[in-house]
Amino acid sequence: MKTVTSGRIHSWDLSTGVDGPGTRFALFVNGCPLRCLYCANPDTWHMRDGREATVDEVMAEIDKYRAFVTTAGGGVTITGGEPLLQPAFTGAVLRRCKESGLHTALDTSGFLGARATDELLADTDLVLLDIKSFDIGTYRKLTGGELAPTLNFATRLDRLETPVWIRYVLVPGWTDDERAVAGLGAFLAGLRNVQRVDVLPFHKLGAHKYDALGIPFPLRDTPVPDPDLAARVRGQFREYGLRAL
Amino acid sequence: MTTVASIEASVWRGFVGERWRDRVDVRDFIQANYTPYEGGSAFLVGPTGRTLAVWRKVSALFPEERRKGILDVDPGTPSTITSHRPGFIDRERELIVGLQTDAPLRRAIMPNGGLRMVENGLKAYGYKADPFVTRVFGTYRKTHNDGVFDAYTPEMRAVRKAGIITGLPDAYGRGRIIGDYRRVALYGTARLIRAKRAERALLDERPSGADVIRDREELAEQIRALGELNEMATSYGCDVSRPAATAQEAVQWLYLGFLAAVKEQNGAAMSLGRTSTFLDVYLQRDLEEGSIDESRAQELIDDFVIKLRIVRFLRTPEYDALFSGDPTWVTESIGGIGADGRPLVTRTSFRFLQTLYNLGPAPEPNLTVLWSPRLPSGFKEFCAQASIDTSAVQYESDELMRPRTGDDTAIACCVSAMAVGKQMQFFGARVNLAKALLYAINGGRDEMSGEQIAPEAPALTGEYLEYKELSAAYDRMLDWLAATYVNTLNVIHYMHDKYAYERIEMALHDHPVHRFMACGIAGLSVAADSLSAVKYARVRVIRDSTGLAVDYETEGEWPAYGNNDDRADAIAIGLVESFMAKVREHPTYRNAEHTQSVLTITSNVVYGKHTGNTPDGRRAGQPFAPGANPMNGRDRHGVAASALSVAKLPYEQARDGISLTTTITPEGLGHDPVERAGNLVGILDAYVSSGGFHMNVNVLDRATLEDAMEHPEKYPELTIRVSGYAVNFVRLTREQQLDVISRTFHGAL
Repeated sequence: MKTVTSGRIHSWDLSTGVDGPGTRFALFVNGCPLRCLYCANPDTWHMRDGREATVDEVMAEIDKYRAFVTTAGGGVTITGGEPLLQPAFTGAVLRRCKESGLHTALDTSGFLGARATDELLADTDLVLLDIKSFDIGTYRKLTGGELAPTLNFATRLDRLETPVWIRYVLVPGWTDDERAVAGLGAFLAGLRNVQRVDVLPFHKLGAHKYDALGIPFPLRDTPVPDPDLAARVRGQFREYGLRAL
Repeated sequence: MTTVASIEASVWRGFVGERWRDRVDVRDFIQANYTPYEGGSAFLVGPTGRTLAVWRKVSALFPEERRKGILDVDPGTPSTITSHRPGFIDRERELIVGLQTDAPLRRAIMPNGGLRMVENGLKAYGYKADPFVTRVFGTYRKTHNDGVFDAYTPEMRAVRKAGIITGLPDAYGRGRIIGDYRRVALYGTARLIRAKRAERALLDERPSGADVIRDREELAEQIRALGELNEMATSYGCDVSRPAATAQEAVQWLYLGFLAAVKEQNGAAMSLGRTSTFLDVYLQRDLEEGSIDESRAQELIDDFVIKLRIVRFLRTPEYDALFSGDPTWVTESIGGIGADGRPLVTRTSFRFLQTLYNLGPAPEPNLTVLWSPRLPSGFKEFCAQASIDTSAVQYESDELMRPRTGDDTAIACCVSAMAVGKQMQFFGARVNLAKALLYAINGGRDEMSGEQIAPEAPALTGEYLEYKELSAAYDRMLDWLAATYVNTLNVIHYMHDKYAYERIEMALHDHPVHRFMACGIAGLSVAADSLSAVKYARVRVIRDSTGLAVDYETEGEWPAYGNNDDRADAIAIGLVESFMAKVREHPTYRNAEHTQSVLTITSNVVYGKHTGNTPDGRRAGQPFAPGANPMNGRDRHGVAASALSVAKLPYEQARDGISLTTTITPEGLGHDPVERAGNLVGILDAYVSSGGFHMNVNVLDRATLEDAMEHPEKYPELTIRVSGYAVNFVRLTREQQLDVISRTFHGAL
């Protein structure tokens, strides 16, 4: 296999408590096959909008934070965009991080889970798996893609015993359907590797990016969920024995 | 007759160790007797009905005080340790007694620092100056302020007026001196007076040169002040001539020592020291003897903290605008690790933090945790929880301080490390590095007034700023600034010693004391970013008709300080190192050791107001970033990147402290309280491990602050950390509130 030395990236950031455990170096890559209506990062949709960065360059940046993120109980998260759109680059960065002892996380929709090799997953300590909806029709309308690949990926991760945190964006009128939430809860309860389910209230903080890009933000008029709704959905997941936050 | 030995046998019952018995050595006493606590916060108790009754009674006065500016003042009695009759909040209920005057929140005047400050303060709040006071301090008794202006040169007056050196303590008490108030509790004043007499006797053998004469006079004043402390304590029914015999007495004696200081000095910062683990020894003994329970132990600390929360000084509205509200910097340093590796955390370390819950959040006392990754995890988690719940705690690196100032270090004011009772500082406020850069461009002319302030030098005349040329001009400008600065400070501190000497605070120090000349710099990030813009982009100069550079246009991208980018961070490091080296070239008054801080307190707003457009794109009048912070909004890669840039600044070249204020949204720390506390602990561990010195932690979202601006009545307790201390948000000026809101909030998107 040809060694990939570079990829298309959007930016990097240091974040705490949102991209996996502790304080983490979050690498945002460019390019995504889905078009989620609530997407907060439309500036990462296209690979062509990213800048070319070599693995060495990325690692040099990560090295500047190695001690900090390690002490702060964190590591490196590759997010985006969809990191599995550039599986070789993503895999190369994960490998280098893993080799040097950093905790690694992969934030993915799972839609391209089949592109993740077993080697890539062996270098991944934690998968942040975004399951956008458990209703096939809603999933398609919300993301423009199919649900099945994500569920297949979830099952594969279970088989590989890769720890998973589920991320579930709660959008009123879209992902608050009780039956769909219950269905997802039942599915996840059947997996042994799901450590927690983060219920993430939909927000519109990315709206200005749509304005800047001159494209419409489809959920501009959709309300953010009220705390009671978030509590209900978390409660539903908990009924299935899941640790919902 | 009771002998000294029999008293000591009784009051020191159960204590071990020898060295501290023969000489004044509080650290040795603590090390020999304290009980480290490695557990969690579960043992803590809430406030008793008694505590709440006392707290409600005094806090009921706050709204009127806030409305009027001050509740009341005694304009006719210059304050001394013994000037006022005893005052009480609620005589029946108070466990710890003592007020600065005869009534709570009634302020005193302290004209030794300067009569004008007193008169302006009175006038501002609708009080008339007392003719007797005016006559005495206008005719017979010279003040510190008078002395300073007698000795200032025209240049010193000019730099002060232009605001390139500013905030100088030339009209008020310099503060930042921590008396070792624990000594009053451990030894009693009789013993302390004996020790001072012994120090004095050694001086009597030396020839009477100016230095020796001054030392002798100061020691005489110290001894007199200890006598006055005893007299004041007696008026409250306390015999502090002997050591404290119980925990209640220990808290009371210690507080009376502090009270004597705040009755005598209106210092800019009147810090408390490092008292919690010392007091724990007494609380632990009483708990073990069965004479108190946890509830009473907490009550004693709660009552003590109530007293610390109501320390007040008469100041002018301009002063309050500079420093936001009414700060007193009653800084209490908590935690840390001992030289032997044992954590200096005790149950009373927790009890101090618990006051934020029992009495509600408040800016004072300025609770400062000396952080080390080696602190017990239960304590770290409780600190983080308190930060998240109240935003009222600041953190300083025990790892940086312990090797330099020892394991009995306390913070004076915001970030100044002092070995308690052994070191003091001459507070020197700060110079405006950003303005100095503009002076370099303009050949010493002020960019706002056009006046020639620095000695005339060739102005830079090119259409674009050239990095090499600018650096060289800046270097020469800083040479001049450092010289003028140190010489100005020498005048101030000479006169302060002469006319407003801190008698009781210095009585609670060893003689001879180690002195620091605490210089400071403001506008570091503006200066560094401006230089970075010139170095990495193209900066075109816009001049007015007189040739004065008044604005800049930048073409291209440049790296900003605060993104862990060495290109910009190296410039900031270079400025810190170079200014420190320049300061060190100039001899100091009393051979004080030169230090500097990178700290602005909240004066970053006022400095910004007095500084023109800068080459980094900052507009004239716009606030600087506080302390060593990156400029607001320019740190784009999150709290860790921002903190790592600041952590690169060398503490060895800024031994008076390097201040970083961060604001993180709750969501930016995690999903639930436990996760948030754990993640904040991680950030603090990582920051300190990376060489970071100080971090103010605010856990807030912008919406809360905006709502508090609109509806201050809903947020009387909303406390935020600014630069080295905390303030009530609703007491900030509107400008300062907007500045806080404009800062970078590190959050989750």
